[in-house]
Amino acid sequence: METKTITVWILGLFQLILSSVLETSNSSFVESLESTQSYDYSKYHSMDEIYRWMQDVERGNPELVSSAVYGHTYEGRNITLLKLGLEDPEGREKKVIWVDCGIHAREWIAPAFCQWFVKEIVNSYKTNKKLEQMLQNLDVYVTPVINVDGYIFTWANDSTRLWRKSRSTPPAGSSCYGVDLNRNFNANWGMVGVSFDSCANNYGGKSPGSEPEAKAVMDFVGRMVNQTLCFLTIHSAGQLILMPYGHPEISAPNYDELVSVGEAAAVKMKKVHGMGYTVGTSPQILYPNTGSSRDWARLIGIPFSYTFELRDKGEFSHLLPEEQIQPACEEAYAGALSIITYVHEKTFNSSTLPNASVFRVAMMIWSTVMAVSLTTGVMM
Amino acid sequence: MSLRIIVLLAVLTGTIGSPRPEADSADMKAHPNSVPETAEKTKSFVQQEVLVVEKAEENVMATGELNVNHYPARRAAQVVQHYLNTRYGSPYRLLQVDKVHRGNAEDVADSGRKYKLEISVMDFISNITDKCSAEILFPRGEQQRSPQVQALCEEPLKINTKAQEEALYQQYKMNSSLLSAQYLPDSYGHIEPDMKPFWHLSIVAASFIMLNESSEDTLYNVAQVANITQLATENDQLKFDCHVLLHEMVSQEIIHWKLLFTWSPPDGVKVLQMEQLPHRHEGEKPPNTN
Repeated sequence: METKTITVWILGLFQLILSSVLETSNSSFVESLESTQSYDYSKYHSMDEIYRWMQDVERGNPELVSSAVYGHTYEGRNITLLKLGLEDPEGREKKVIWVDCGIHAREWIAPAFCQWFVKEIVNSYKTNKKLEQMLQNLDVYVTPVINVDGYIFTWANDSTRLWRKSRSTPPAGSSCYGVDLNRNFNANWGMVGVSFDSCANNYGGKSPGSEPEAKAVMDFVGRMVNQTLCFLTIHSAGQLILMPYGHPEISAPNYDELVSVGEAAAVKMKKVHGMGYTVGTSPQILYPNTGSSRDWARLIGIPFSYTFELRDKGEFSHLLPEEQIQPACEEAYAGALSIITYVHEKTFNSSTLPNASVFRVAMMIWSTVMAVSLTTGVMM
Repeated sequence: MSLRIIVLLAVLTGTIGSPRPEADSADMKAHPNSVPETAEKTKSFVQQEVLVVEKAEENVMATGELNVNHYPARRAAQVVQHYLNTRYGSPYRLLQVDKVHRGNAEDVADSGRKYKLEISVMDFISNITDKCSAEILFPRGEQQRSPQVQALCEEPLKINTKAQEEALYQQYKMNSSLLSAQYLPDSYGHIEPDMKPFWHLSIVAASFIMLNESSEDTLYNVAQVANITQLATENDQLKFDCHVLLHEMVSQEIIHWKLLFTWSPPDGVKVLQMEQLPHRHEGEKPPNTN
């Protein structure tokens, strides 16, 4: 008798615990879903808000989104990415698309775009068959803010808003903080368009990859280089689509294709709100420079590597008004998607192949059946 | 016998009867990551060489007909923009390069490099565009001298801003308290509508600096007006003390300047004093923006 009572009690307790656990996990799921729906993508967000948003997006969309901390900034903060991808029904190896934002602290529209980009995919993949298919073949890695220390610094007060570099401490003999992370990558490092003066805004650091933020990207993407099809790095301003290389005397082997894919993206971008984006290498349309992440990506073999310089063309420059966040992100999304789609089609253009092989088998069976029935019919 | 026929038919159907995906011709290109190493490498080496030659030609200071999308034309056009704003800019008119239609550059023996441009400019405020032709001479020599610009636009004063300018002038001439504003735009890109004319006015004044400081190796924009303060005057001008942050694109530096200037509708902007503030290092106190 007593054993039965105890058993009943234990079962009851267990059930209570289980149901409350389920409830909380379910409610946090619902909460996360709700908070990402109410998140204002047309406002600039502090780093704390962005970290929280990443957690919410992941919790609210577990079948699509996962996160990873792949490095730490100079001041020890997490460098976090969101990985967007669906299970491949064929179980094949996924290819990789890389998107990063906020290498330069003051370019606030860039992290805003990365958040917008994730939101768009999360909100449309269930109803967009093409996007769903792409996500089955591709994993899209999005880092909303690479230069977390710098970004946080630009939020400190009115006078820090235009900070560009990281927040590494001054080298010996200097009182100037920070390295231009986009001159620190291992791609013809230190050769042109870069300064060795630690006080300069394009100071490239003391050696290639000396900065933890740049090293984190190189280590992480380096491990996936064989699967990586496309590397997009988002900046402002100028309305440009920059191709490798920043060195004026080095050309990418697929220069022509990079131009045509870039031009196609610019056409798509202009269709959205009439804004023109110029396509070219940095030495052609902006200035020569080496040590950029885009150049590093192309150099290690990632075939499609672009820097997007978003709005505007000088009226507000980096201080782009919040009412322009939505249109700027809409056109940038169109451009990014154009390139990603091209790269996907090129790699998986026999995307009907799985279906085709099923079709072939079906046809074979059907023809056999027909042949049999005809032959036997004739026979009979 | 019939079984053999069936098997044969089945085999034939399997190999011929089904649609063939068109991937075959794409072969190597379809899988950029699985390109046979040697073949692609040879191809890329040859391509690389060809492009290096082309690039070298382009890089030897752009001369002759300019590519309108490339930076030399763009930088020269920006100089024209600054020049036009010093001449026609006002709290209600501010011009921006819209497009470079044609460009040409040539060395002028001993004196420098002359650019001839056909451009369109757009007024920020009305969005009306205008066509201009301009000549810019970037002097060469030991000293860094300012570029010399001549420009002719079709209808620079097309939009009549006289009434608005007069109203603004009267309002601030009569006002007992003097204007003082900071951080235009603010960190979020926001400017109070009442302050916009002073943001424009500061950019016009800063255009004098940007024009003076420009060269073929620079591209200037006003990043932000840190502070603008109205000063009392005895004459009919409005007078302002202003601290601007200029963004120089090529070096990516933010350069601080202090300006003292006057403005009235008939006389436009006149810069009385300008002074570059030293590059602030972390340890030093920021200049008093108040």
